[in-house]
Amino acid sequence: MNFLDAIWLIPLFPLFGAALMLLLGKKLDPQAASTVMRAPDMVEEPDDHAHGHGHSYEHGGSHDHGHDGHGHHHHEAASRLLIKLFCPGMVLLSFIFSVGAVVQLAGKTEKIHEVVKFTWLAGLPFHTADGRIAVFGADWGFLLDPLSSVMILVVTGVGFLIHVYSVGYMAHDGGYYRFFGYLNLFVFFMLMLVLANNYALLFVGWEGVGLCSYLLIGFYFHKKSAGDAGKKAFIVNRIGDAGFLIGMFLLFAVVGSVRFTEVNQTLTSGRFTAETAGFGILSATALLLFIGATGKSAQVPLYVWLPDAMEGPTPVSALIHAATMVTAGVYMVARSNALFALTPETSLIVMVIGALTAILAASIALVQNDIKRVLAYSTVSQLGFMFMAAGAGAYWVAVFHLFTHAFFKALLFLGSGSVIHALSGEQDMRKMGGLKDKIPTTFRTMFVGSLAIAGIPGLAGFFSKDEILWQVFSAPHGSTAVYAVGLITAFMTAFYMWRMMYMTFYGDSRVNPAVAGHIHESPATMTIPLIVLAIGSALGGWIGVPKLWSFMGEGFRLFEHWLEPVFAAAARAGAAGHGEAAHHDTTIEWLLMGLSVAIAIAAILLARRKFFHGYTPPADTTLHRTLYNKWYVDEIYDFLFINGLAKGGGSLMARFDARIVDGGVNGAGWMTRFISTLSIWWDVWIIDGFVRLTSFLVRLISYPVRIVQSGYVQAYALVFVVGVGLVFGYYLMR
Amino acid sequence: MTDAIFFYAFALLAVGGGVLMITRRSAVHSAIWLIVSLLGVAGLYLLQKAEFLFAVQIVLYIGGIMVLFLFVIMLVNLDEASRQRQFNRQWWIALAALAAVGVEIVYFLKAGGSAFRLSPPEAEAGAAGPGNTEQIADVLFSEYLLPFEVASLLLLVAIVGSVLMAKKRV
Amino acid sequence: MLYPITTIHYLVLSAALLLIGTLGVLARRNIVIILMSIELILNAVNVNLIAFSHHFGKVHGQIFAIFVITIAVAEAAVGLGILIALFRNKETVQADEIDLLKW
Repeated sequence: MNFLDAIWLIPLFPLFGAALMLLLGKKLDPQAASTVMRAPDMVEEPDDHAHGHGHSYEHGGSHDHGHDGHGHHHHEAASRLLIKLFCPGMVLLSFIFSVGAVVQLAGKTEKIHEVVKFTWLAGLPFHTADGRIAVFGADWGFLLDPLSSVMILVVTGVGFLIHVYSVGYMAHDGGYYRFFGYLNLFVFFMLMLVLANNYALLFVGWEGVGLCSYLLIGFYFHKKSAGDAGKKAFIVNRIGDAGFLIGMFLLFAVVGSVRFTEVNQTLTSGRFTAETAGFGILSATALLLFIGATGKSAQVPLYVWLPDAMEGPTPVSALIHAATMVTAGVYMVARSNALFALTPETSLIVMVIGALTAILAASIALVQNDIKRVLAYSTVSQLGFMFMAAGAGAYWVAVFHLFTHAFFKALLFLGSGSVIHALSGEQDMRKMGGLKDKIPTTFRTMFVGSLAIAGIPGLAGFFSKDEILWQVFSAPHGSTAVYAVGLITAFMTAFYMWRMMYMTFYGDSRVNPAVAGHIHESPATMTIPLIVLAIGSALGGWIGVPKLWSFMGEGFRLFEHWLEPVFAAAARAGAAGHGEAAHHDTTIEWLLMGLSVAIAIAAILLARRKFFHGYTPPADTTLHRTLYNKWYVDEIYDFLFINGLAKGGGSLMARFDARIVDGGVNGAGWMTRFISTLSIWWDVWIIDGFVRLTSFLVRLISYPVRIVQSGYVQAYALVFVVGVGLVFGYYLMR
Repeated sequence: MTDAIFFYAFALLAVGGGVLMITRRSAVHSAIWLIVSLLGVAGLYLLQKAEFLFAVQIVLYIGGIMVLFLFVIMLVNLDEASRQRQFNRQWWIALAALAAVGVEIVYFLKAGGSAFRLSPPEAEAGAAGPGNTEQIADVLFSEYLLPFEVASLLLLVAIVGSVLMAKKRV
Repeated sequence: MLYPITTIHYLVLSAALLLIGTLGVLARRNIVIILMSIELILNAVNVNLIAFSHHFGKVHGQIFAIFVITIAVAEAAVGLGILIALFRNKETVQADEIDLLKW
């Protein structure tokens, strides 16, 4: 069948699974409550999640069919079996379709295939920043090109393995259906993200994985710390998403489209010149998109949610926070390579932030005691590496490291989950030790994974990490300082990884005796994915062999060639503005390669010397305390943003409201009263004054007149006579 | 000569009666003296050859009005009043003012007296011809008919008015 | 001056009677006396009129005097009526106790 035209089905399989689980799962799963069954002797770490421990659930079965054994499995209904088969099965289906589609894509000459289902958002035409007419349009469309093919293979492949692992791992927990429902939903959104053919649909997937991350981190919702961690993840992600949205809008305003094909076409068409002179609108757009990536992929400053996300179940940590969701940022940057190639300023920022994150996280991981925390900071650090590569312009290397990292990090997480499972919930490495003979499969697979991440030649991590370091050193936009930082981080990576290995598996057992009796290897449903991933970690690197080793044949450089068409245009555009790529001495390249290997081995030996024979608590120096407390970043954020911005802003607003707004109202009232007082004065004294003045004058004048009127008639008569006399007198005078 | 004596006699009656009238305590005495004064005036009319008026004065004035006055004096109990002060408080001023006016009148008469010497009286030319009453009737009913009628109307009104005024209950 | 009785003598007499009557009006408290003084004034006027009538030999002055008498009659009647009414209401005939016609 034509898998290429059916790529729209790839996300839909897990969606179907999720819908079924979330809508009907309660009826299917008899143990619907999400109460966690706790082991009788649960260790009292507050952010631990206890792991129920039923004796009967140890036997292996086939990795597909869970463990329906005999004994008391009364509450294991057939419906649970359905869940166990169905959800991983959906992801397996997606994997099969993905493989088919990729194989068919490889057969095409023009390695790009777009399937548009329908127009999702249609808009009106309008003018872009440089006056062209553009129409906003986002389709429900799927794009399969080399980049997204890598991503779907990683997502569905690793996702499938983790689903299988979860069948065993989550067997004791309540809310089985909910877990698989959310996990499937997550795979759906992730596939939407990587298969989208435009930024808007990518954003749908982007938000969706954020949602699922929240749901899965807070899976044990009855624990306050889990709920808080979920909220923290979502909120910090949101901050990044705001940047992403604005970047998307700017991109649309400048370029005129959000579809990847059109954007890449426009940006490489030569209409836009590389912004080497300074920070322009394109640089701003790229920076805003990168801010979204920092949120999703846990870079500085928005990485603080990832360590807390370890509150979720271990498979979640493996899938979401190691292999897939956190790589969405890298994918997005790689997808926007045309834009980043035109903006060296932003690329520099990307690289520097990547480096800063890498070394910061690695430094914190050196002193952590919780096994999952070490791995979480390790993830942050490795993501930093990926962005270092992307910032230096070597996009394929970033994607390659993403690919290899998915293998060994998932392996390490699942392995740590196995360890925790074996120890009935213990996560503190100080209470581990001497486990290598007791859980051999876990030990061996984690051994391979740790070698890989340390960068021992031959294993996957070596090829990708070494290539990153080389590109950072030698690329036209690279920098030696960043290379140095990367090298130091590589040293730290090897050190803390092997510190973890030695503390966990070697030396004398420091395990709590009550727990020690129950140590057992995990069931097959958990160990088989570990083995598969270990094989991947070991051999997966051989498809991305550096140019230096081209004597081995071009087939070993499959990865780079496969991704060339995606990044070629960008490389051309970048190079066109900058002259051609520098050719460096191969000698230096061999030298640097040897240097990084030597450093890795040195770090492992140092760790061996300190921890092989057991664990001694480190000295309580200021440096140690700072590192242990994560450089107090959370506290700084709390002070600045929570207390400062939110509460301070809130109280500022409250004071503004009370003093200024209410003051204004009160002032208006006071003003009214004051004016009325004036008015009263005027009315009483001036207006009434005139009236009273009038009456006063009348009375004044009438007083003498009044006296005349006595009512006494003879007096009047007398006045007559006097008047007559006066009249006569007048005539007399004349 | 004789007319002078008569003149002064009647004048004395008139003036003296008047003076005495206004100074008596008893109202009846004042009325009697007024009658005397009116008699004197009547006599003066006769001297002026106004016989009709002489008769009217006596009959009407004395016989009517003064009788009316006497009736009213007796109707209104004036014993109380006769024991009180008779003159009010402004009689000084009244006297002074009237004295001044009197002086002025005398002066006028003296100064303008020559205006009356236009022609001496036409002697006794009125002896022959119609008598005084006929003369009055002649002029009254021809020339002054309207005032005559109006006067009668006035009298009517006065009658009605006085009756009304004197009623106890209107 | 005294001997040939001329009109002037009558005028002086009339003036004297007038002044006496006016004095009575102004100076007496008893309303009856006041009314009688008014009659005296009217008589004075009549004397004046008759004197002139005689002086000019015409009879018009006397007719005027008739009318004056008529008026005097009416006025006396009404005035006495008022006096009676006043006496009934205020039990007094003293002029200065009747000061109702004032502010």
